Amino acid sequence: MNQEPTPALGVGLGLLPFIVLIVLYLYASDLRLSENPNDKLLPSFTSLGESIHRLAFEENKRTGLVLLWSDSAASLIRLITGIGISAMLGLIVGVLNGIIPLVRANLSPIVAVLSMVPPMAILPILFIIFGLGEVSKVALIVIGIAPFIMRDLAQRVVELPKEQLIKAQTLGASTWLVIIRVVLPQVLPRLLDAVRLSLGTAWLFLIAAEAIASTDGLGYRIFLVRRYLAMDVILPYVAWITLLAYIMDWSLRRLTQLCFPWFVGGAVKT
Amino acid sequence: MKTSPHRTNESYIQANNVWQEYNSHVVLERLNLQVKAGEFCTIVGTSGCGKTTFLRLLLGAEAPSRGQILLDGEPLAAEPDENRGIVFQRYSVFPHLTVLQNVVLGIELEHSWLLGRLFGVARRRAEDQAMAMIEKVGLAVARDKYPHELSGGMQQRLAIAQSLVKTPRVLLLDEPFGALDPGIRADMHNLILQLWQESGVTIFMITHDIKEGFHLGSRLLVFDKLRYDKQAPEAYGASITYDLPLAAQRNGILNEINESLAETAQYQRQAVV
Ligand SMILES: Nc1ncnc2c1ncn2[C@@H]1O[C@H](COP(=O)(O)OP(=O)(O)OP(=O)(O)O)[C@@H](O)[C@H]1O
Ligand SMILES: [Mg+2]
Repeated sequence: MNQEPTPALGVGLGLLPFIVLIVLYLYASDLRLSENPNDKLLPSFTSLGESIHRLAFEENKRTGLVLLWSDSAASLIRLITGIGISAMLGLIVGVLNGIIPLVRANLSPIVAVLSMVPPMAILPILFIIFGLGEVSKVALIVIGIAPFIMRDLAQRVVELPKEQLIKAQTLGASTWLVIIRVVLPQVLPRLLDAVRLSLGTAWLFLIAAEAIASTDGLGYRIFLVRRYLAMDVILPYVAWITLLAYIMDWSLRRLTQLCFPWFVGGAVKT
Repeated sequence: MKTSPHRTNESYIQANNVWQEYNSHVVLERLNLQVKAGEFCTIVGTSGCGKTTFLRLLLGAEAPSRGQILLDGEPLAAEPDENRGIVFQRYSVFPHLTVLQNVVLGIELEHSWLLGRLFGVARRRAEDQAMAMIEKVGLAVARDKYPHELSGGMQQRLAIAQSLVKTPRVLLLDEPFGALDPGIRADMHNLILQLWQESGVTIFMITHDIKEGFHLGSRLLVFDKLRYDKQAPEAYGASITYDLPLAAQRNGILNEINESLAETAQYQRQAVV
């Protein structure tokens, strides 16, 4: 329990499960392919490699686009727009909700109720209102994650010690100045945290929306080729999405550390 | 005609028959107090007897249920403002600001109502002013540290500097040294006495340590219940049961007498010549 691995050993130990997974996959794939060379369920590494090359480096003859990149761009734009809007909404509503009792009395119940609505159930409504274009997909992401961010931030604001708010007032701060000099800077790292925690949900809604109505995007592609059992496309796409999600998570964490040195280990210490 | 050099005889803070009740729970009752400008009142009393409540009344964080508190003859502003600084036992400093930023903040908030920030020359001037205060409390070496990198004593020094840079008329301290080691506490006592003498601010300080209460300040206020009902402990509130002049006040009075005698002697000599 008390033996800390050295950094190099730590990386090695962390990689071990991945290596085990890959070896298992290779073994199972070999087994299936030796029984039936046309099996599509677990393609061999060579066919995966060919397919990755085709997806990521060759232009599509009809559109002139490289499929993986154009799909990624379409999906990332939707995802980032959705997350950005949710973060802004979450910040504004969350802070006002947390700091101003009059706003809290007004908004809290509706946020609480809205966050209970299953977003997928209102996806048809979004399609009817906003059409099948980009807006409804972004809206689904926003509806899916904004209530969580709002509630999380409002909670963080309420948790700020009352002493700090009183102290700020004795230093001459108006409500506005308390918000922008005391509350906002302290909830920004919390916002990044909340965004990070809702990344998984955001991807879920993005892929769902793309699967149902779209003409491009990572989710669209996966569900399109599912009909042909094209595991050689699906597996690289899934791995790619996982990698993107991981990079986002990691960058948000680094960003928090770099921008908020006082925010130690995810908690404010005093 | 002669007036005493640093004390007027008018009371600066006046509590007239103040009551504070929460529903049927009487916390303070029939509280009367007159405090002159520049006094240093230490407040002691059992836990839960209403000391913090009284400080909150002085701060304007809440209003008394009955009675009135006057500051310099005027009813107290109903919200905390720059006239009254406060230091709590904890959470008085802002964790997201460095030592320097914490002290500069008060100056920035005063001069920039929109952004609460100063830039360029104005900022440098504010920083100089803040640094002077930081040096007084002995934190100059830690100017760029964040509160979580400071010890408890240093955090309280910072909280005091942050309040005093605004030159408040009243400084309220709620068990400011309660969480500190005895050795550090002695340092803090010297610091607060020195700052008090330099700035002439009126101080109210709550302490759990009755010795501390006797050692510091010019006046000791004891909060206690005059009446007590075992069946209904919340039926009666606390009031000020002892109000004692302390060493600092006697020294102050001694100084005043000395100065006054010296002055009179001087007039007499002049008259003779
Ligand atoms: N807002 C409030 N609503 C209801 N009761 C309150 C409120 N504020 C204080 N009280 C009650 O008033 C009493 C006095 O509280 P106060 O905090 O003033 O005590 P204190 O003398 O500072 O105690 P301590 O030495 O433990 O800090 C307590 O019994 C507390 O429960
Ligand atoms: Mg108290």
